[in-house]
Amino acid sequence: MQNRSNTTAQFISSIVSVTGVGSVCYLFSDFIGYRSVALILLLTVSLLAMRLRLYPVLLAALLSALIWDFFFIPPRYTFHINSYEDVLMLAMYFIVALLNGVLTARIRFFEKLAREKEAKHQTLELYDTLFDALSHELRTPISTILGASDHLLSEDKNLPDKDRKSLVLEIMHASERLNLLTENLLNMSRLESGFIRPKADWCDLSELIYTVVNRLEDSLSTHRIQVSLPENLPLVKLDFGLTEQVLHNLLINAVKHTPQNSLIRISAHAQQQQCTIEVSDSGNGFADTDLPHIFEKFYRSRNAGPGGVGLGLSIAKGFVEAQGGTITVESLPGTGAYFRISIPAELNYLKPENDD
Amino acid sequence: MIEATILIIDDEPPIRRLLDITLSAQHYRVMETGTARDGQIAAAMHPPDLILLDLGLPDEDGQALLLKLREWYSKPIIVLSARNMEEEIVQALDHGANDYLTKPFRTGELLARIRSALRVSRQEENNPVREFGNLRIDLVARQLRRNNELVHLTATEYALLLLLVQNEGRVLTHQFILREIWGAPYSTQSQYLRVYIGQLRKKIENNPNQPVHIITASGVGYRFSGSSL
Repeated sequence: MQNRSNTTAQFISSIVSVTGVGSVCYLFSDFIGYRSVALILLLTVSLLAMRLRLYPVLLAALLSALIWDFFFIPPRYTFHINSYEDVLMLAMYFIVALLNGVLTARIRFFEKLAREKEAKHQTLELYDTLFDALSHELRTPISTILGASDHLLSEDKNLPDKDRKSLVLEIMHASERLNLLTENLLNMSRLESGFIRPKADWCDLSELIYTVVNRLEDSLSTHRIQVSLPENLPLVKLDFGLTEQVLHNLLINAVKHTPQNSLIRISAHAQQQQCTIEVSDSGNGFADTDLPHIFEKFYRSRNAGPGGVGLGLSIAKGFVEAQGGTITVESLPGTGAYFRISIPAELNYLKPENDD
Repeated sequence: MIEATILIIDDEPPIRRLLDITLSAQHYRVMETGTARDGQIAAAMHPPDLILLDLGLPDEDGQALLLKLREWYSKPIIVLSARNMEEEIVQALDHGANDYLTKPFRTGELLARIRSALRVSRQEENNPVREFGNLRIDLVARQLRRNNELVHLTATEYALLLLLVQNEGRVLTHQFILREIWGAPYSTQSQYLRVYIGQLRKKIENNPNQPVHIITASGVGYRFSGSSL
């Protein structure tokens, strides 16, 4: 549909350009020779050939030849031509204009092929890195689970209870890692397929933040979490589930990349139809070379520890942008990373009335 | 001690085995089936005290089975779902499920939900005083005491608390609560619900930021939990 209207537009612009240039030449036809007009028209067709597809260009060539013949070649206002030289000129004009169109179209065709080849190459490269990272991320926990359960099944009498328990814990952690990866992959494919339709509803930001913090209790236990919220925080209208996931991913990221016992701060405020949630940590922050890339899919910073395929932050960005918002990151040496989510949202300062 | 009978309807043998072992260890009697058809027959032949229903069954949509069961079965049904989709969960709750868990779930969480659902279905309906940990609600005097101190509730707050308490262990969707408390025209006005839930939590929870009674079911609704651990 769009393609068809696009083609129509191309034909229209071809006709308009040629008749337009022809009219201008017509106005000045007393001052310029009719042969110069041929060159001007030819130039117009050449310019069109750089921008339009083959058939609109051919139309321009034909139309301009007719215009030149009818309005300019003496005797004017007839298709009749007096001199053989002019017949030759017209024939050559038509052939050159046609060649122009065909050759340009071919050049563009090959350019397109080259571009597609390049894009394919890049996709393949991306797939390679992806498969490397994925197979590593999948195989590590699977090896752990297989190894640990093998050992537990072998009924090794010498295995102390303490070790038995730590093997079970390893199985659990490996499963959690697989679970997180699965969640991220599913979320990423939801994003890629354009399946995400945010459902904005009134949210209590404090409830949202604490729901995530409470749910992540176990993962966050190695760090200190500080939530600071202003009094009289209004209700904000946004997608609870998506925003929850964004915060979830930022917190997981912060825990993973900062030393134990360091502080992670969460704050939020809302004013002027804008809801802002900030997550900052007191780790080492990001290197300057990493900063522009950290929201890219499958990007992992050079000094990222083991685990992760570089999906969490790009999903966070996707979920924020799906709601029309922005996510930014800053990193100052010695102060850690500072993430800031801004989502445009209606606000509501509703207070419960004293209804009795 | 006679423990309850639980029927598992799930097509995945490993999940059934896991549930069987976990539940048997807690002295529940366990019946298990792998299809909607067998599940329906088993439920009719030996009506269980609770059903664990997986929504992804091979022979019939779990939602459809849920509707059929609810035509005659009134005891708790807890839905297990591999897809974490809010719409699907809300639909299951609308179809009469009491509660839901998304796979993968922790067995500790599952057992807590089962206990909570069974506790309610056994509870004496006629007892005018209900106790939940440090909370004591006198349904006749319409009074709430927390740590033995009288807590002042507005009429709306009391109505909301009552609705939650009377559906203990059951996830109530936002829409349902709004319709029940504020009436049908308000069923999309979730701002009231958010404000009153926040307010109620401040009055009944020890730490409103870590609620143990009024539990948020993200994007779905709220669940009242009677036990306060």
